Amino acid sequence: MRHRATWLAALTAFGMILAACGDSAGTDEGDSGAITEVGEGEGALSIVAWAGYIEDGSTDPAFDWVTQYETDTGCEVSVKTAGTSDEMVALMTGSDEFDLVTASGDASLRLIAGGTVQEVNTELVPSWSTVDERLQNAPWHTVDGKHYGVPYQWGANVLAYNTEVFGDTPPDSWSVVFEETTLPDGESNAGRVQAYDGPIYVADAALYLKSTQPDLGINDPYQLTEDQYQAALNVLRGQRDLVGRYWHDAFIQIDDFTNEGVAASSSWPFQVNVLVGAEAPIASVVPKEGATGWADTTMMHVNAPHPNCAYKWLEWSLNPKLQGDLAAWFGSVPAAPSACDGNELLGPDGCTTNGLDNFDQISFWKTPTEDCNGTGGECVPYYRWVTDYLAVIGGR
Amino acid sequence: MTTSTSPLHRLSASLYRRRRLRLGLLLGLPVLWLVGVYGGSLVSLLTQSFFRIDTFSGTVDRSPTLQTWQQVFTDANMAVAGRTIGMAAAVTIAAVAVGFPLAYYIARYTSGKTKSAMVLAVLIPLWSSYLVRVYSWKLILAAEGIVSWASGLVGMTGVLGWILDLPVIGGPSLSTSTLGQFIVFVYIWLPYMILPIQAAVERVPRSFLEASADLGGRPATTFRRVVWPLALPGVAAGSIFTFSLTLGDYIIPTVIGDSSPFIGLAIYSQQGVAGNLPLAAALSFIPIVVMALYLTGARKMGAFEAL
Repeated sequence: MRHRATWLAALTAFGMILAACGDSAGTDEGDSGAITEVGEGEGALSIVAWAGYIEDGSTDPAFDWVTQYETDTGCEVSVKTAGTSDEMVALMTGSDEFDLVTASGDASLRLIAGGTVQEVNTELVPSWSTVDERLQNAPWHTVDGKHYGVPYQWGANVLAYNTEVFGDTPPDSWSVVFEETTLPDGESNAGRVQAYDGPIYVADAALYLKSTQPDLGINDPYQLTEDQYQAALNVLRGQRDLVGRYWHDAFIQIDDFTNEGVAASSSWPFQVNVLVGAEAPIASVVPKEGATGWADTTMMHVNAPHPNCAYKWLEWSLNPKLQGDLAAWFGSVPAAPSACDGNELLGPDGCTTNGLDNFDQISFWKTPTEDCNGTGGECVPYYRWVTDYLAVIGGR
Repeated sequence: MTTSTSPLHRLSASLYRRRRLRLGLLLGLPVLWLVGVYGGSLVSLLTQSFFRIDTFSGTVDRSPTLQTWQQVFTDANMAVAGRTIGMAAAVTIAAVAVGFPLAYYIARYTSGKTKSAMVLAVLIPLWSSYLVRVYSWKLILAAEGIVSWASGLVGMTGVLGWILDLPVIGGPSLSTSTLGQFIVFVYIWLPYMILPIQAAVERVPRSFLEASADLGGRPATTFRRVVWPLALPGVAAGSIFTFSLTLGDYIIPTVIGDSSPFIGLAIYSQQGVAGNLPLAAALSFIPIVVMALYLTGARKMGAFEAL
């Protein structure tokens, strides 16, 4: 595996030289991909997706929402998984071979601004009306009243905690992971909390400051002025002394909750579901300060080679069975709320467990930009978040 | 000899006459690989490091600048480099300390089946996946893992607690401490230290040791003045493996330890997460320069003759 990574790195470097040579081709084709009605499928469909998002039953036969689509439409699905939002952006901007991408909020606006994805004609997606109304006009896929994608799934970064440690008084504030405190079991939280090992976590600190230090005037945790940003970094530096390990791999965190005596951490419903399923003493809340979260949108490439199959998928992606199965698989919340009822894999309370009622308390991920996401003013851009968060974890 | 006119024979005859063509065909592909793909990547990497990331759009600005290199020499990045190099050096020294006696024993005191069995025992861990071994260590060292359970059984919990309270190497549990990380690094790379040392010790003629003893050399003197100098190339060769493998590793620091970034991890984040290719490229030159210096030193110690 390590060897393969090395080869890939070498090949990528080589590929970049080639790409740099042939960069100028194929950028000015206008809106050629827009269609007015969905015709016969082209026989194939190519999707860039998060791992676990497009399951064809090969991981677990119970989770399959591709085979039926292929039978119905004759479009054979191929999936290219990506590990980060940046990888998704690179794949989509770098080629014309992909039709769709399941972009999170920190990628979608970049794709729209770069002219990589095309406007979606919602009239060609009959199930559009079943999409959660709160998502229909969400700012991460709607620009100037135009929709650039179909909502797929969303979820929150919840506060997971150990019920044996907290007993009858579940935590109601992120302070248990940001400030040194004595937990209900009588011991300090130092060394017993975790934090997310990704720069976007700076927003979690900013969200905490938003309510605990209103003087800073933080409005949106992804649009921070220099002063607000430094305050957030200071919170994170203090947190460094409390954190035993930063997590980025869901399974490592599951193991740490089981074997390392972790008392509380920012987490995903996915880990919580797995742990609860294994009868570990773990529960989760969205604290009073709110939480950060992600909302993914299926977007269509401006030069999608199979637009008819792509539209058929956009419609298919909203069907209650798929939405419910996916939510059960991924620990997320369906974009189409009707999927919450009567899904066998999800169970009657699945959507509530995964956070359906928390929508209003969530600040959804988006990429911090220097122009404050186009709202004017001066904000600290994402690449600095990366450098500085690395330094914080390194103890600086 | 009618077959001598077959095409294959004519080809081989003509190749025999044209030495340069023969050499070209033989080495052409490897040289193309080394110079084109490997060297080309390095040049591309170096070129990238003189670009910078545009603060507004987050895209790479391809006009030459030294700005990215200035970012390399910040406190935080130097701390990352220092931590990585320090760990690599510590792991190398520990691997020599643990590996040398074992290698010496295998080379000097075993033969036949016992020797094969011992070499096999050293090699067997390499047959299982690196990730599996790292994750197993995570469980062994966990707060509720075997080590802490066993130390409780023999009444050593206090000792373990005292060790974990030490600054720098301590932490909430062994698996989240720098000490635990060090133990895992040593375990993972140890075979690469043992094998070259064993090969080097085996090449020390027994008569040298006897001669030393005849001349009145005590075992310690013999070791210091005969065995160690002759085995040094093997030690240097092994240290190249342990040092460079630790320097470049970016998996162990994410699974074991307190998540403090190593160089490999920093490069990965800058490239994969931030999309800051220029800075990632510039950071890549830290391990390249360190290894170049290290290899120069190792060559002086004769490491390349012992490989």
